[in-house]
Amino acid sequence: MSPRALLLFAAMAVLLLAVGQFQSWTVALTIFNLCLISAVMALGVNVQWGYAGLFNVGTMGFAAIGGLAAMLVSVPPVQAAWTAGGGGMILSALIIAATAAAVVAARRWLAPPLRGAATVALILIGFLAARHVFGPAADAIENVDAARFGFLGGLGMPIIFSWLVGGLFAAGAAWFIGKIALGLRTDYLAIATLGISEIIIAILRNEDWLTRGVKNVTGLNRPVPREVDLQQASWFLDLSARLGVDPVPFSSLFVKLCYAGLFATVLLLIVVLLERAYHSPWGRMMRALRDNPKAAAAMGKDVKWRQLQAFVLGSAIVGVAGAMLTTLDGQFTPGSYNPLRYTFLIWVMVILGGSGNNLGSVLGGFLIWFLWVQAEPAGRILMEIISSQVPKDFAFRVHFLEASAHLRLFLMGFILILALRFFPQGLLPEEQSRRRPRHVP
Amino acid sequence: MTHLVAEEMRGGYGAADILQDCSLEVARGEIAVIVGPNGAGKSTALKAIFGLLGLRGGSVRFEGEEITGVAPQERVALGMGFVPQSANIFATMTVEENLEMGAYIRTDDYTETVQDVLTLFPALTERRRQAAGELSGGLRQQVAIGRALMTRPSLLLLDEPTAGLSPIVMDQLFDRITGIAKEGVAILMVEQNARQALNIADKGYVLVQGQNRFSGAGRALLENPDVRQSFLGG
Amino acid sequence: MDGFLNATVLLSNFVLVPGLAYGAQLALGALGVTLVYRVLRFANLSHGDLMAFGAMLGVLSTWALQAAGVSIAPLPTALLALPLAILGTALMSLFIETAVYRHHRLRRSAPAIFMIVSVGVMFMLNGLVRVVIGPDDQRFADGARFIVRARDFEAMTGLSEGLSIRVSQGITFAVAMAAVAALFYFLNRSRAGKAMRAYADNEDLALLSGIDPDRVVRHTWIIAAALAAIAGTLYGLDKSFKPFTYFQLLLPVFAAAIVGGIGNPVGAIVGGFVVSFSEIGLTYAYKKFLTYLVPPAWAPEGLMQLIATDYKFAISFAILVIVLLIRPTGILPGRVL
Repeated sequence: MSPRALLLFAAMAVLLLAVGQFQSWTVALTIFNLCLISAVMALGVNVQWGYAGLFNVGTMGFAAIGGLAAMLVSVPPVQAAWTAGGGGMILSALIIAATAAAVVAARRWLAPPLRGAATVALILIGFLAARHVFGPAADAIENVDAARFGFLGGLGMPIIFSWLVGGLFAAGAAWFIGKIALGLRTDYLAIATLGISEIIIAILRNEDWLTRGVKNVTGLNRPVPREVDLQQASWFLDLSARLGVDPVPFSSLFVKLCYAGLFATVLLLIVVLLERAYHSPWGRMMRALRDNPKAAAAMGKDVKWRQLQAFVLGSAIVGVAGAMLTTLDGQFTPGSYNPLRYTFLIWVMVILGGSGNNLGSVLGGFLIWFLWVQAEPAGRILMEIISSQVPKDFAFRVHFLEASAHLRLFLMGFILILALRFFPQGLLPEEQSRRRPRHVP
Repeated sequence: MTHLVAEEMRGGYGAADILQDCSLEVARGEIAVIVGPNGAGKSTALKAIFGLLGLRGGSVRFEGEEITGVAPQERVALGMGFVPQSANIFATMTVEENLEMGAYIRTDDYTETVQDVLTLFPALTERRRQAAGELSGGLRQQVAIGRALMTRPSLLLLDEPTAGLSPIVMDQLFDRITGIAKEGVAILMVEQNARQALNIADKGYVLVQGQNRFSGAGRALLENPDVRQSFLGG
Repeated sequence: MDGFLNATVLLSNFVLVPGLAYGAQLALGALGVTLVYRVLRFANLSHGDLMAFGAMLGVLSTWALQAAGVSIAPLPTALLALPLAILGTALMSLFIETAVYRHHRLRRSAPAIFMIVSVGVMFMLNGLVRVVIGPDDQRFADGARFIVRARDFEAMTGLSEGLSIRVSQGITFAVAMAAVAALFYFLNRSRAGKAMRAYADNEDLALLSGIDPDRVVRHTWIIAAALAAIAGTLYGLDKSFKPFTYFQLLLPVFAAAIVGGIGNPVGAIVGGFVVSFSEIGLTYAYKKFLTYLVPPAWAPEGLMQLIATDYKFAISFAILVIVLLIRPTGILPGRVL
């Protein structure tokens, strides 16, 4: 770690400790946990943008897929729902698979004029047939004790497995999306991924049989003990007594610390793996591709395949982070995904931290999340000061105090623009790029 | 007073000087041609005269005025016209619009100049509403030159105007260029087709590695055995 | 025969009229995107929020005019507020250009960097709009509500289906057509418009011809801002004003621009209507429509809706993907202005 990085991370630690000291340790740890998750997400985007120069603004979709995995892995299956509509769901899945196979076959063996027509016809037939089975099955499932279930449920396994599964889900989706969208020009890729992430969210929000939609799935199981259980456990009471603290607030801190330990382990593991990848021949080649895709293609490198690798890897990391986030929340809420928070904020982290530099992304994740959370009270204080001369019940004052929450959006944009103007390499620049100007296709 | 005098120009794009004490002159009504091997700095010399390239040494005088530090746009206003080698037309705009854009800096009525250009290049008249990018190579060069003529320049700089044209179209274009010179315009052009170009030139410069190697009347250069052997293929 | 007429009226009422209005709004947005793309060479992700900003100014000006007692009833006051919204949005755009984009333009930053910068602008505009007017729905429509009322139409024609055309829809279409006509006049007839096309076509040659790039860029932002303010205000008038919906409009707007061939103004208009009619046409429930057309025995049972309304964003995206895969240059060839 360079002295500069050490200094900046130390400053970050001081900020968090100051929050612990002056606000509360619960707040500090809550921020810290989300900083860790943000850092993982930023690392995922860094693999795509920093390593490979891919402009993916569909981060939100992959985070949501990770969240879906957390829910599906941990929630117990709903037997009644499976009996009501499970068969229909499986059948419609089979129809879709058969349609896909038929389309692939048709495209392989038919000649052009017929090929297009056959493709459209097959897709239409498959779509209608699948919907014919799917609709009633979905209705049946959603009618099974709708207030409590109304969905198929999941596997009922410990939620920690979902971190891996979330990564795999996201990787699978990314592979499929990358096959279609990579190779598009930078700007088209951005719009395409933006659209895909909106569609993913639309699906999660509306397919109640799978996700309960906006009714949310709450009370997911946890990888760490519950506060109430800790407060009953004799070892914990002993520990509290020995430390001389009240077991009730300490239990909440303890739980947060457990989460922090898990998240930090994942973060460290990913940083180490990514650093090794960065310095490996693979990483060197990715950078060569990023800086000059034409030359790399001329040298016989399969540009699209390499980009797909980076796209899948980055999305998988984002998926892991998404699963961790849902684990921390303890609930899956499809309605809460919003591109400003889950896509563009992550981009601010990567750019501010320094694209191409993993430690930079971690730092950016920490700093931006910290500012994002703290901007709200800071904005409130600012508004208080500005409007302190105005009578308390004056409409404008009330309005602006309410509006202070939105100032943080403004602040994030400001930081991003400043960073790109005055230190486009970020707080921790990538080592190579200091010498060579960055070329982006 | 010679119309354009470039003396001992020195300069290049990076650290290295492509032009090494290169000097060129052209008077009104005269055609001067720069020939030479690839990489000799022919186009660079033209760009230096037009101000697209900063000079590290030497000077450019136009109508007796020192213009070495003047920006290209201002040189257009002074009476220079420049036709780049490639991307020298607005491909998505009509022929007429190309000419209008050529006259962009003019504040007076330029309809007469449009007529003059169309008289010079009659083939463009019937295609005036067609997109310039859809025209044949020869007509595109006519549009490019016509665009540069719209400011009624007293000096026209042409960077390989006949590149990629068939011999017949090339001859026609050279005829037109001779016609423009006869109107009293000074013409300085870079040419790959050295033989044909020197044929119509009043004056020729052979540039090698950024330096004047030979210079003289066009005919004289054509007959010079050294020039013939080294640069005209015998 | 009545069945056929009723079916036609039904489809006009629920697909044709809303589709024309929505398509006009998308086309205006897409024109702004396409102009910026063509002249400044980047995809401006903040365009949706520029529309929100323009619409916000429209709402605020409307309120101010209403408070001052100014009215042009039966037309909505918003129409009168539109010039103010355009002016304010144009000034904002010029400020953003000078403060933010100019630096990157002079440094010739890569298009991807421009896009990230536009994300920053998006955040700031989004925050600004929410701070000033709040994140909630705002109503600012006034004046008459309908040009043609369903009930009047029924009484007039004796059909059982009524056609209603709202004032906001009529105004949307009329204003959009006027804006498009003005834009095309500017681009094809005026000196500044031709200079803009020349700059977009061949930057170096435009510089040689004495065209001032700063001027062209300023004009581009003013026009893009004007189009955004018009599109945003009309959309707010037609539906309702809510800041977040404008961010979501970014996708159909870009779909319209790309489908039509990005950089091509005619394409942006065609694309706007392609996207709007696909969205509305595919999410419309055809049950009643078919009931009019077929013998009673064949009347469909289901809603006959091809795609659930929740997935309307998926439609613009699907069109986008299909076009990019089959004809990457768009329906009309891109990159002409």
